[in-house]
Amino acid sequence: MPHAHPKTSVAERVFDANEALAQSNREKFDHAGTFAINLMSSPGAGKTTILERTFERLNGELRFGVLEGDVQTTLDADRLERFHIPITQVNTDPGFGGECHLDANMVRYGLRDLPLHEIDTLIIENVGNLVCPAEFTVGEDRRVMVFSVTEGEDKPLKYPLMFRSVDLILINKVDLLPHLEFDLALLKRNVEIVHPDVEVILMSARTGEGVEEWCSWLLAQRTALVS
Amino acid sequence: MCCDTESTNCVQGIPLMHELGIAASVVEIVCRHAEGRRVTRIELKIGQLRQIIPATLAFNFELVAQGTVAEGAELDLESIPALGLCAGCGTETELHAFPFQCAQCGCFDLRIVAGEELQVESIECCEESDNAPRPSENVCC
Ligand SMILES: Nc1nc2c(ncn2[C@@H]2O[C@H](COP(=O)(O)OP(=O)(O)OP(=O)(O)O)[C@@H](O)[C@H]2O)c(=O)[nH]1
Ligand SMILES: [Mg+2]
Ligand SMILES: [Zn+2]
Repeated sequence: MPHAHPKTSVAERVFDANEALAQSNREKFDHAGTFAINLMSSPGAGKTTILERTFERLNGELRFGVLEGDVQTTLDADRLERFHIPITQVNTDPGFGGECHLDANMVRYGLRDLPLHEIDTLIIENVGNLVCPAEFTVGEDRRVMVFSVTEGEDKPLKYPLMFRSVDLILINKVDLLPHLEFDLALLKRNVEIVHPDVEVILMSARTGEGVEEWCSWLLAQRTALVS
Repeated sequence: MCCDTESTNCVQGIPLMHELGIAASVVEIVCRHAEGRRVTRIELKIGQLRQIIPATLAFNFELVAQGTVAEGAELDLESIPALGLCAGCGTETELHAFPFQCAQCGCFDLRIVAGEELQVESIECCEESDNAPRPSENVCC
């Protein structure tokens, strides 16, 4: 018997399925007039704290909604409850098929619990992780990364996919700089090396530094997109 | 992979693998195209700009493929070098490190034209799906 194993051409990208679902999410956002931000970072860089500062300033001016991706808990969602904005949590509970990021399907699932037509700005707080979220778009209009100065200046070189995939980098916890041996100029150089001309805002969610600038960015991007 | 020493992406001691999700997608694509036939070989293109560890992907593939027609298939990973096309002079440069720079004119305004692939190229299958032997017997049909 000859061992004939004919080749079948496939030519299918691994992320095609995710892209198709991301596109369908995007259509939902467009239809509802919702501006969607995918907020990403390492664990604990300050995403939820930045959201608290943001809502303190802009809640009322913008009609926010939040989609929280969390590995197991509802702690982040609980911290945002006082703002009385629509919020839903997608637990990316691990197990076989459990994930360390939000993919387009999980976001689609989460969107069923959100009144999108009442939300003009949706923040998707991704799971803390610098690798996987970089590869999965979820239908967002803008990708924003929070990077805290406790993470080390070399991170852009170690995780270029993430740094290259975002529209804005919030360098958070700058209030800690006097206590750290952190070379901000070196970090900025490394950011510039992997993603030339990306927008960067220095920020402290603790002292409020940079919050104004970030809120202006948010408003400007939203306006640019809607008009 | 997701789970490096600096992150807390370990749950109950199990590292959450970036490559696990990718392996699952590969198996899904392969099984759909195999249409019930047993798969013996899978050709996969991986761009060098993807943060994928080939050995980890191969290991995860073995796990995820268990019990499917892709179980025991040989995974043929082709690494695709990164290429940037210069906006200034039109030269293509193979990129090995940051910053991405044109080898001809030195400018940094490059468009990535290769190196971001992650694609199942082709599969090879046994034609007789019914009496195909188990891959663990290590016999070719
Ligand atoms: N000093 C200082 N601490 C901050 C700042 N922003 C956040 N933190 C602290 O950092 C810790 C983590 O902040 P979170 O807002 O929970 O970070 P996160 O990115 O939402 O974390 P995960 O969702 O768990 O990935 C908390 O103890 C915050 O109080 C800052 O600007 N300066
Ligand atoms: Mg959080
Ligand atoms: Zn050039």
